[in-house]
Amino acid sequence: MIALDNVYKTYSTGVSALNGISMRIKKGEFVFVVGSSGSGKTTLFKLLLKELEPTSGTIYINNKNIGRLRRRKIPRMRRGIGVVFQDFRLLKDRTVYDNIAFAERVVGKSARQIRESVPGLLSLVGLSDKAKAYPNELSGGEQQRVALARALANNPPVLLADEPTGNLDPKNAWEIMKLLEEINLRGTTVIVVTHNKDIVEQMQKRVITLSNGVIVSDEQKGGYYENE
Amino acid sequence: MSNFFYCIRQGLKNIFRNHTFSLASIGTITSCLFLFGLSFCILVNFQGMMKNLETSVGVTVFFKEGVTEERILEIKDTVELREEVASVTYVSEDEAWDEFKEDYFPDGDMGILTNLDQDNPLAGLANLEISLQDTSKQQELVDYLESFEEVDHVNSLDSVADSFTDISRLVSYVALGIIIILILVAIFLISNTVRIGIAVRREEIAIMKYIGATDIFVRGPFLVEGIVIGLLGAAIPVVLIRFIYVEIVRFITGQFPVVNVFLTFVPVNQIFNILLPVSLAIGLGIGFIGSYITLRKHIRV
Repeated sequence: MIALDNVYKTYSTGVSALNGISMRIKKGEFVFVVGSSGSGKTTLFKLLLKELEPTSGTIYINNKNIGRLRRRKIPRMRRGIGVVFQDFRLLKDRTVYDNIAFAERVVGKSARQIRESVPGLLSLVGLSDKAKAYPNELSGGEQQRVALARALANNPPVLLADEPTGNLDPKNAWEIMKLLEEINLRGTTVIVVTHNKDIVEQMQKRVITLSNGVIVSDEQKGGYYENE
Repeated sequence: MSNFFYCIRQGLKNIFRNHTFSLASIGTITSCLFLFGLSFCILVNFQGMMKNLETSVGVTVFFKEGVTEERILEIKDTVELREEVASVTYVSEDEAWDEFKEDYFPDGDMGILTNLDQDNPLAGLANLEISLQDTSKQQELVDYLESFEEVDHVNSLDSVADSFTDISRLVSYVALGIIIILILVAIFLISNTVRIGIAVRREEIAIMKYIGATDIFVRGPFLVEGIVIGLLGAAIPVVLIRFIYVEIVRFITGQFPVVNVFLTFVPVNQIFNILLPVSLAIGLGIGFIGSYITLRKHIRV
């Protein structure tokens, strides 16, 4: 499903962020990628979205070598990956409903298709009663759930979350993690980049630990290892 | 299809959100195309009038005193055979006088002038008015006419026409220069307006890219913004000039009936059938280029 073969990334400033990463993530897996800041997590995240190009090595997403992808095909590839960020990144001038509908409009769905699918997504994340609210009227946890609904709007086979609980209190953080688990159970591959130790240890999922641009451990039911 | 309408809606929203810069861009294009339209009107009318002058009286031949009417008519017949000549009209002294009165006082208020009828001030000014088929052969014809010993002198509009053409050419070059500068300023301003729109919506654009929006989807609203600004900037001056043109023509023909003989204005529809589409095309081009160059630089998947 997702595979990295010997991926290196050196920035033009000379900083080498990834130094030979290889991994396989199967369809339907739930994976944590952990590591301290500067370990290469964010670089990995950007490579998977083809926001950056690896210096060498190959990346396969949904069995396609994305290094070979032509520029015009990038949008289609990204539609196969839902993304969630630490800072939610909702459009502040639009309601919850419109934020989710926007994701569907971007991919060219008709107004009718959008009307039919948004309520389902809202109830999935438990925000059916907040459809008309604006992001600044919601708590952090609620905003992140809107972001999740938006990420799922186009049924991507992969969900990529970058520090999804970074801005949330423990209670809300847990609710988001439960939701991610539920989404994973419905068949979506979920990759969570985080350094929330408690969550990683309690969830008992596969944990890939990065340090200085290399994988230092890959445990099937792992905990959080500090490698300082 | 829904994307198409989405782009238009968002584009119009951008214009309002950015109204200061939008207005500045529209203003520049308006002044640019106003100048363009104005020079166009002037040049078209000028050319029309020149053509009128050239064909109505190409060359006028005056004869020495004492040359008989019969001899003049003979010369008329020979001249008529030349191929560059379209027509030759004999104007007797009396006819010349009547024509003068008719031309300058068409309302018939010629009490003073009628007194002069008995003592024709234009005596000895019987002439042949020759209009040319091919004005480029005018000098040749003048030389030929001057070779008749009965001919006193030949008036041609040659020198006048030349200096008029020179002036009109100069005017159109200056206007063209100013128009080109204004077009560049307009492109720059639109590009700036769009750039600001992009800066304001940076977050939204980043999100769109993550969601998998295509270049066209992200760029569409900005292109619409540029094009609408361009078209507005083109439509305003055309409407303005049309109004001014109609008023000026009405004023001149009303106030100075004498002028009508020399000046025939090109009909307003004939001018605007050309000016409107050309202006809109220029406005569209400015808007498209201005926004597109910015988008290519700033929005790439």
